[in-house]
Amino acid sequence: MNLMDQKFAELKAAGRTALIPFLTVGDPDLDTTVELIIQMEAAGADVLELGVPYSDPLADGPVIQRASERALTSSVTIGTCIDIAQKARQRGVKIPFVLFTYFNPVLQIGLEDFFQQLAAHDISGLIIPDLPIEESAQVLELADTAGISLVPLVAPTSNERISRILTNARGFIYCVSSLGVTGERSSFHEGVEQFINDVKSRTDLPVAVGFGISNREQVERFSSICDGVVVGSAIVRKIEDTIPLLTDSERREEGLLQIREFVAQLKV
Amino acid sequence: MTQVPDENGRFGDFGGRYVPETLMNALIELEEAYRKYSQEPAFQEEIDYLLKQYSGRETPLFYAERLTKHLGGAKIYLKREDLNHTGAHKINNAIGQGILAKRMGKGKVIAETGAGQHGVATATVAALLGLECKVFMGEEDMKRQQLNVFRMKLLGAEVVPVVSGTRTLKDACNEALRYWVSHVQDTFYILGSATGPHPYPMMVRNFQRIIGDETRRQILESEGRLPDLIVAAVGGGSNAIGMFYPFVEDTSVKLLGVEAAGRGVETEYHAATMTKGTKGVFQGSLSYLLQDAFGQVLPAHSISAGLDYPGIGPEHSYLKDIERARYAPITDQEALDALQLLSQTEGIIPALESAHAVAQVIKESPKLASDQIIVICLSGRGDKDVESIMGYLGGDPS
Repeated sequence: MNLMDQKFAELKAAGRTALIPFLTVGDPDLDTTVELIIQMEAAGADVLELGVPYSDPLADGPVIQRASERALTSSVTIGTCIDIAQKARQRGVKIPFVLFTYFNPVLQIGLEDFFQQLAAHDISGLIIPDLPIEESAQVLELADTAGISLVPLVAPTSNERISRILTNARGFIYCVSSLGVTGERSSFHEGVEQFINDVKSRTDLPVAVGFGISNREQVERFSSICDGVVVGSAIVRKIEDTIPLLTDSERREEGLLQIREFVAQLKV
Repeated sequence: MTQVPDENGRFGDFGGRYVPETLMNALIELEEAYRKYSQEPAFQEEIDYLLKQYSGRETPLFYAERLTKHLGGAKIYLKREDLNHTGAHKINNAIGQGILAKRMGKGKVIAETGAGQHGVATATVAALLGLECKVFMGEEDMKRQQLNVFRMKLLGAEVVPVVSGTRTLKDACNEALRYWVSHVQDTFYILGSATGPHPYPMMVRNFQRIIGDETRRQILESEGRLPDLIVAAVGGGSNAIGMFYPFVEDTSVKLLGVEAAGRGVETEYHAATMTKGTKGVFQGSLSYLLQDAFGQVLPAHSISAGLDYPGIGPEHSYLKDIERARYAPITDQEALDALQLLSQTEGIIPALESAHAVAQVIKESPKLASDQIIVICLSGRGDKDVESIMGYLGGDPS
């Protein structure tokens, strides 16, 4: 049982829903990312998604696209993203990490090296948004060997694919709340509750929901039916808005506190 | 040679379907619909009718006698895809996918465009078939191709400026895919090149193979034999794969794809995916790709917006790896020179994309004997480029 599985088991025993924030590693810079991870944990994050910046983020909306562009200007690589996990551990962070990355950077490192690095850096899970089950056999095998959970995405359009996806799922199931890319939303796919309940009824793994969840009210709504809620773009936007503070050595603490408070008020 | 792609959309190692889960069922439905309708004679008849009566096919295979004499080597023929309605081969595919969209009951179509030719072709077919049309185009390309932007609007399409990333074709594709993820239930994505996730590379090839099928028939009529060399420009590679595919089994016919070397393959400013690229996953398929060591996609550069793309269709990567086709780079300057040469020897102003193929033939032809035959796929006409060429040549063609 890896760290993330333990976490979900504890939460289940306590009858709580996991708050899963997302941030783009290297936005606005690597040192700040480590500080932000510390703040997220302090704010009550249960699991943290570490986003690897990518030049062509097909599943992401404008907010995370901009974060990627900012991170890439300082030459952040998938390797530095993995290293960040260890840097955070050295600073005492205990929560499990899930790496969110597009497939091409993984392919360029080489699959075997990649999984060795994940295991060596205490990363528990992996989400690859452009790797559907048809293409994932080898990745899944290596992930299993390394003890890393390959977390699948399930979409409202998955329909009869759901059972095949669930068969190969590890860690938790990531339900996509809506058709579309990541980004804050005021409304979700019609029948999203039914979709989530359907997935829940067919798996013993925790079920989390993400894409578009951006405020406390929405977190509450989904917490009542899910085991985890992912908040991405709303946090990344908050980070973006706070960059002037975060990059000013005299006002950095103030910026970090703002992010912490923003994440803390999402905690149900 | 085995049939490609296989049932997983693989051309050897290449191809596949690397897309967000939300799109997977749409791609599966698309493949099923395509396989079903392409079995129906009425579907093919409708396409054939429009290709003939609307686009003006078949396009001529023209013996370029003065160019041949000027270069002093092999006999050069031009496959005149530039004479299609809307001025390029792109209409072949747009008609096919447009009719498929209609059969599938999708009233809305989207497309990406670089030079604007595929956007214009899609807007044209959408008008013809009564479909609502949105075209995604990089802001940078919109500046380079203002006439085509206006043309699309005249045809009733909405042109959506893309301001993400490099603001060129690659990001227009990303934005079209993102839009499709959000509107997958009522929208058909008319993808313009032999790229993207399966089934697009296969489907686009099959809609474009009419270029090679006609060429084969025409050259047998005029010369009584197959050509020795076929040359076509490659961005994503749809005109080239359409031209090459019917000749793949004819091993006596050499296949040569020409990619954009921009300011030179030794600089950072090129789109020479085959010469400089490595294997990677990009926009839904595994193929050769211009990328850095960490898998970030590099920006491409070419004088020609249609070749300004860091990826290439997976079937081309396959043909390269099995050594069935060869790929060569041509610089901006060589393409400009070739454009002028063809204009002045044959009275045909080619598109900048097609001028790359002509430029490569300038190099190849003198090496061949006078009884050998080269066919160039003249994929588009140069009207759209005249203004930017005037800029490059300072208004004074020599």
